[in-house]
Amino acid sequence: MTDPILSIRNLTVDLPKGGDRPHAVEGLSLEIMPKEIVCIVGESGSGKSITAFTTMGLLPKALVPSSGEITFDGRDLLKLTPAEHSKLRGRRMAMIFQEPMSALNPCYTVGNQIEEMFEQHTSLPAAERRARTIRLLDEVKLPDPERIYSSYPHQLSGGQRQRIVIAMALALDPALLIADEPTTALDLSTQAQILHLLKELREKHSAGIMFVTHDFDVVAEIADRVVVMQHGRIVEQGSAEEVLNRPRHPYTRLLIDAVPRRTRVARDSLEGSAEMLRVAGLEKTYHVKGSMFRPGRTVHACKDVGFAVRRGETLGIVGESGSGKSTLVKCLIRLEDPDAGQVWVEGEDIAAYSRRALHPYRKMIQIVFQDPYGSLNPRRTIGDQLVEGPVNFGGDRAEAMARARELMKIVRLDPDALNRYPNQFSGGQRQRICIARALMVEPKVLIADEAVSALDVSVQKEVLKLLNEIRDRMGLTVLFITHDLRVAAQVCDNLIVMQQGEIVERGSVDQVFGTPSHAYTQKLLAAQPGQDWEVPDVSKLPPATGVMGMGGLA
Amino acid sequence: MLLYILKRLGLAVLVALTVSALSFSLLFMAGDPAISIAGENAAAEDIAAITERYGFDRPVLVQYADWLVSAARGDLGRSWYFDLPTTEIIGDRLGVTMTLGLLAICFALLLAIPMGVAAAVKPNSLIDRAALFISVVGQAIPSFWFGLILIVVFSIKLGLVPASGSSSWKHFILPTVVLGYYATPAIMRLTRAGMLEVLSADYIRTARAKGLAPRKVLFKHALRNAIIPVISLAAVQMGFMLGGSIVVESIFALHGAGYLAWESISRNDLPVMQALILVFSMFYILFTFLADVLNAWMDPRLRVG
Repeated sequence: MTDPILSIRNLTVDLPKGGDRPHAVEGLSLEIMPKEIVCIVGESGSGKSITAFTTMGLLPKALVPSSGEITFDGRDLLKLTPAEHSKLRGRRMAMIFQEPMSALNPCYTVGNQIEEMFEQHTSLPAAERRARTIRLLDEVKLPDPERIYSSYPHQLSGGQRQRIVIAMALALDPALLIADEPTTALDLSTQAQILHLLKELREKHSAGIMFVTHDFDVVAEIADRVVVMQHGRIVEQGSAEEVLNRPRHPYTRLLIDAVPRRTRVARDSLEGSAEMLRVAGLEKTYHVKGSMFRPGRTVHACKDVGFAVRRGETLGIVGESGSGKSTLVKCLIRLEDPDAGQVWVEGEDIAAYSRRALHPYRKMIQIVFQDPYGSLNPRRTIGDQLVEGPVNFGGDRAEAMARARELMKIVRLDPDALNRYPNQFSGGQRQRICIARALMVEPKVLIADEAVSALDVSVQKEVLKLLNEIRDRMGLTVLFITHDLRVAAQVCDNLIVMQQGEIVERGSVDQVFGTPSHAYTQKLLAAQPGQDWEVPDVSKLPPATGVMGMGGLA
Repeated sequence: MLLYILKRLGLAVLVALTVSALSFSLLFMAGDPAISIAGENAAAEDIAAITERYGFDRPVLVQYADWLVSAARGDLGRSWYFDLPTTEIIGDRLGVTMTLGLLAICFALLLAIPMGVAAAVKPNSLIDRAALFISVVGQAIPSFWFGLILIVVFSIKLGLVPASGSSSWKHFILPTVVLGYYATPAIMRLTRAGMLEVLSADYIRTARAKGLAPRKVLFKHALRNAIIPVISLAAVQMGFMLGGSIVVESIFALHGAGYLAWESISRNDLPVMQALILVFSMFYILFTFLADVLNAWMDPRLRVG
């Protein structure tokens, strides 16, 4: 049996005193073999990124590894001086980050930034450095490497930038590659390409890969072995096949159970429900203003968009970034004025209403945004922010407060929490507050714009359940905007798929997923990771064991 | 890049034209210029003669066009006080002011940027506190007082440098320190804030993950991004130093353009004031333009679309 590339034994990393727990990572042991992809899975705060950063020697100063050892290249990384660790970085171990948009220095060409690797770690002549850089760009499948070489980061797309970061990481053929949520910020089809690329590179470069992710579909797509973390501890590890299909630890089961199924929860028929919202011929064009020297550009963000939603229906709007779904939402709630078309809300066409005439209709359509951290004012109490809506529409403050208390109960939060501030709540709790805020003015239509995308799977499951409950209870019509096909499949009745401002496919969930007619929908479905994995029914597994699975180490 | 420069140049010319119109109108804001020249109690004939001679009876636009054309030829009128071409008077004095301004801004940058960087690398350390102290003091001390203290200590007590005049390089040491120190706090604080922000950026983490030497991370990757706003600020400070060095020039008896401006105001010498305003503004515009070009060279997002 070959020796592991990386072997972590009993690693403990201390958190600064006064935190909610004493250790970021506690008693962690794992190994990575050559040509092996080990996925570290966990929710936010589980310590998975801390593990990655400790190995790289890139921990923030406040976090200190207090015990254990990390053996790499026959040396204990925790005993190295910063300078010695720095020499290993880039040459023997390399890292790919989550956020490709900000991971590259805007001031230098990407060619220069890749070449830096050779400059720092080798004594190759300039011509050879350049030739190797071009070869790397070709290897990560960037088109026209010569042109990309002299491009600046802002001239490239997110997917292209991530390829640059990967090229950088591969420059010196490191033995260990650490990828921290490398595809989370990317579109589905880009994610599929990057995952494919990583699998290919593992074969060619014989590196071991530590892949940090929260997404079980990605795990199913790429992992050889899986390590599940919770609160800084490993709760289970084993081969991907074992962990995904026969999880043993209750927490792993909980996570896997929270993965949305691709099948829809059966619902009562919507036959006979009245039409709530109808959109016809909606057009929106953005003009990027030109200057004296540059012609203006025109972006057709919505082209002849039309659909109808009935009372109590959930319509999913699916598309990748740039598909026009956000513009559509902005036009519906009239944050933007559509150029043409009609938006009927209960038979009234509000698309061309003046701001004043629109006022009473504002409360008919409410929205919950993606980022629960940015959507609430950090300096005002939850209560103040909840009653603001009804008070603005002339309601009585005391009455509004009573309703706020009631809604807090509905979203399963303590009504007494109304006098607290947003930073006292977790992301999932904040998103529930945002939902309560939207419901304060008794809307007819609720738009959820990527409302669960930023949440951990277990929290996501709760919020989705809550949304469905509220919809049924209040007879709401829901527009569910998402890029996540699994989520869409689970909560929506009907779907529309958007691409470049146009609706390219529409129909019931079963139609769209079962027999997609448009090439783009087919491509999108094919790009989903982990398709071969059928999420197991956790309730049918043998009783859970709390013992840590040591399958991979045995 | 060329397009960007042309665009900036076009803007600079437009600003220059606006400033020239404003500075031209200065002549008429103080009342009938003929009376200003002739004096308060002058006879009506004298005023008429002066009006005739300077052409004040022509339409204002014609006068402006006329003035603009001569200004473009380097003729900014004659001083009412000396009866000499203003360009000659200003030319004599500008050398001193430019020397002082350039020395002062260099002094300020050399002091402020290293301290700002050091403070940002180790926030809340001793270096950071010291830098903060220096900048608070610099902001708080009036420059005339600081200048006098330096004169007392270094010229009178220690006799190291001359206290006044501009005949040798030694004469410029104290004025440079005083004027430069005044510009230091803003530049230092901006450098520190910029570095702090940039050092926590994702691309700095990337640079460290590449195993680059700390020096390279700091100077190649961080400083270049942090310095961009500092360049713009330095250009503004430089422009300010040219026109605003009156106090410092008076204390050290440096007969520069700032001092000339103060003299001309007390002599009611409008053409010289007008010409000075124009010259200072042109330098201001020139520095801003140079800063823009330098920034575009540093930051590709500004030059490549």
